[in-house]
Amino acid sequence: MRVGLFVTCLVDVMRPEIGFSTIKLLEAAGCEVVVPAQQTCCGQPGYSAGNRQAARELAIKFLDEFEGFDYVVIPSGSCGGMVKTHYGDVLSGESALLHRLEKLQAKVFELTDFLHTVVKLDHLPAASEGSTKGSITYHDSCCGLRELGVQKQPRALLAMRDGVELTEMAEARACCGFGGTFAVKYGDISTAIVDDKCANIHDSGADTVVLGDLGCMLNIEGRLRRNGDHKTRVLHVAQVLSGDA
Amino acid sequence: MQVQSMHFKARSGEKLADKRLQQNLKKLSTKFVTGRATAITELDDFEGTRDAAAERRMRAIENLDVWLATFEKEATRRGATVLYAETAEDASRLVVEIAQKHQVKKVIKSKSMVSEEMALNTALEAAGIIPIETDLGEYILQINDNEAPSHIIAPVVHKDKEEIADLFAKVHNKPRLTDIAALTREAREILRPHFLSADMGVTGGNFVIAESGSVAVVTNEGNEGMCTIVPPKVHVVVTGIEKVLPTLSDLATIMRLLPRSATGQSISNYFSLLTGPRASDEKDGPEHMYFVLVDAGRTSLVGTEFEEMLRCIRCGACMNHCPVYQKIGGHSYGWVYPGPMGSVLTPSYIGVENAMDLPQASTLCGECHVVCPVKIQLPDLLRKLREKQFEGKMRPGFEYIAFAIWAFMAKRPTLYRLATQMASRVLKVMGGSRRLISTLPFASGWTDNRDMPAPAGKTFRELYRDRNPS
Repeated sequence: MRVGLFVTCLVDVMRPEIGFSTIKLLEAAGCEVVVPAQQTCCGQPGYSAGNRQAARELAIKFLDEFEGFDYVVIPSGSCGGMVKTHYGDVLSGESALLHRLEKLQAKVFELTDFLHTVVKLDHLPAASEGSTKGSITYHDSCCGLRELGVQKQPRALLAMRDGVELTEMAEARACCGFGGTFAVKYGDISTAIVDDKCANIHDSGADTVVLGDLGCMLNIEGRLRRNGDHKTRVLHVAQVLSGDA
Repeated sequence: MQVQSMHFKARSGEKLADKRLQQNLKKLSTKFVTGRATAITELDDFEGTRDAAAERRMRAIENLDVWLATFEKEATRRGATVLYAETAEDASRLVVEIAQKHQVKKVIKSKSMVSEEMALNTALEAAGIIPIETDLGEYILQINDNEAPSHIIAPVVHKDKEEIADLFAKVHNKPRLTDIAALTREAREILRPHFLSADMGVTGGNFVIAESGSVAVVTNEGNEGMCTIVPPKVHVVVTGIEKVLPTLSDLATIMRLLPRSATGQSISNYFSLLTGPRASDEKDGPEHMYFVLVDAGRTSLVGTEFEEMLRCIRCGACMNHCPVYQKIGGHSYGWVYPGPMGSVLTPSYIGVENAMDLPQASTLCGECHVVCPVKIQLPDLLRKLREKQFEGKMRPGFEYIAFAIWAFMAKRPTLYRLATQMASRVLKVMGGSRRLISTLPFASGWTDNRDMPAPAGKTFRELYRDRNPS
C-alpha cells in the first residue's frame, strides 16, 4: 500500500530523526512510503489563533497533496487531530471540498493508531546499539488522546519492545501546558502546568518519557533541562518503536 | 458584578506566586476529579445519559420562548408571580421592589451565581435591606468583606481551614477553632437567629420546570429549606431564563448527571422541588412566591454559534478538570464565572473586547469537553471567540504580522523550504554545544522558564533529499 507521510512542520525543523524513525516503522509494516516534497504545515497554528483564512488555504493544500494515497500517516496527534476533526469546520459550507475531505479523512491516521489498528504491526524493527532500555513512562498528548482516541495503541506497540518496561505516571492524560502559542503568551501559567508533569515523570521513576507530539516534547524537555535534569530522556514514540533511540 | 477580566495577566501572575493558594487548589484534583471519576461509573450508560441530557437541554433552548410561556402559565396558576429582567440591574431592582412591597428588613439567601451577576447584595444594602448569605462558603465570603466566589459550586475552594479559622475568630470575636465540624457549628449558631428573623428568602434555581411551574434547588447544606420553608413569608427565586426544562422527566435525566459531575455525589444531600406559595391546605411554605428570570445577555446567544453554551447546567466539572484553572483559581478570570465555561460566557455576556485574555488563556487540551455532562464543545467555542478577536482586529499588531509571514511562507513550499533550512541552522548555532537555547527573541514567554531544545542544523526534507536523490 502507498502511504503518504505528512512529516509535520515541527519534526521537519526541530527533530528530523523522528521522520526517519517513522519511515522505518512504516516500511517494516510493508508500506511503500512517499514523502510529498511540497508539504509544509497543516494550518493548526492559524486555526487555533482564530485565523480561519490561513487555515483554509493550508487545508486545501493538504487535500491536494495527500488525497491520492491509500493512507496518510502523521507522527503527531495534534496535526492528525487538525486534519481529521477540524478540517470539516475549516471548509464548512464548501460542499465540493467537503466531499473530497470526507474521503481523505477516512484514510488519515496518527502513526501509532495506523501501526496498531490498520496494519496490526506484530513485530518491531531490530533495536540499534544503545537504544532505550529499562523503565519508560508515556505522556498522552491532548489532541491524540481526546480528538483521535490514541491511548492503548502506543502502549500496545511499546509492549513489543524488548527490555523496555512501561511504568505509568500519575495523571498521564493531563495536559503538559504547551497549547501552541499559549506557552509563549502565558508562559508563567504554562510553566506551572509543565512543572506538575515533570514532577509526575520523576515520581514514576522512569528514565525516559515517551510521547507522540513535538509540542509536548519541546515543552517537557525544555523545562526538565532548565531545571537541571539532563538525564531524563524525552523521546518520540516512533524513536523508541523503531529502535533508533 | 464589576468586570475585572482585563486584569487577567496580572491577577493570574499573583495567584501563581501564592503558595498557599497553590496548595489549596490541589483539592480540585484530589477531591473533585477523583470523585467524579468514581461517581460516573455508577451509571450503566453514562455516555447515553450525557447525550440524552444534552438533547433535552437543547430542546428547551431551541424553543425557549414557548417553554418560558408554559412555565409562566403553570407557575402563575399555582399562585406564584413570574417576572422577567432584561439586564442584571433590572433584576436587582425587581428584587428590591419586591422586598420593599412586603416591608422586608432582612433577606436570607441561599447560593445563587445569578445573584452575583446582579450584585444583588449591594443593591439590597443600598436600599437599607440586610442580606445574609447562608451557604457556608458564601457566608465565609460575605464576612470576609464581600469577597467574590472563586468557583461556581465551591465558592471558597481557594481558602483552607486555617484561613477560615482566623476569619471566624476575628469576625465572630470568639476563641479560634480549627475543627471543621466546630467551625460549622459556630456558623450555624450565628445563622440560626437570622433564619428565624428574616422576612424574605432569596434562592437560585438550578432549573425551573415548565410543566409544573416548579423550581428545583440542589444544595448540600439544607440552608435552602431554611430560606424557603421555615419562617420567611416571601420567597424569591432568581435564575437565568435558560434554566427552564420542559418536564420533570427532563429534570430526572439531568439530575443523574449534575451532582456526579459537580462533586462526585450520587445525589446531593438536599434536593428541593418547590411549587407555588403555601396553599390553604398546606402546613409550610412562603405566603408569596416570585420568580425573577434574568436575561442579562442570554438571548443574544440564541440562534448563534454560541447557543449551545446555554445548555450549561453549572456543575463546574470543566473548571475542576482545567489545567489552567487548577493553577490560577477563579479570581483571575475577573467576573462571575471562571474556568472554561466562564471563558466562553464572560466574553459573550460582557463583550469579547472586555475579556481579551479569557479565550486565549487555554491550552485547548479538550478535557473540559470530555467531562462536560451536556457535551458542550467548549474548546471549539473558545476558538470561535479567538476568531472574533482575530477578525475584529482586536489582537496586537505583531500577531497579524507574524501570522501573515507564516501563512505566506506555508503556502509557498520553495520559500518555506529555504526559511526552514535557515531556521534550523540558526537555531542550531543558538543552541551551542549544550544544544539548548536559553533565550529566544519574541518568545521570552517560553525561554524565561524553559530552554528550547535546539535542532541539528538540517531539516528533515533536506536530509530526506540527501538520502533519496531522485
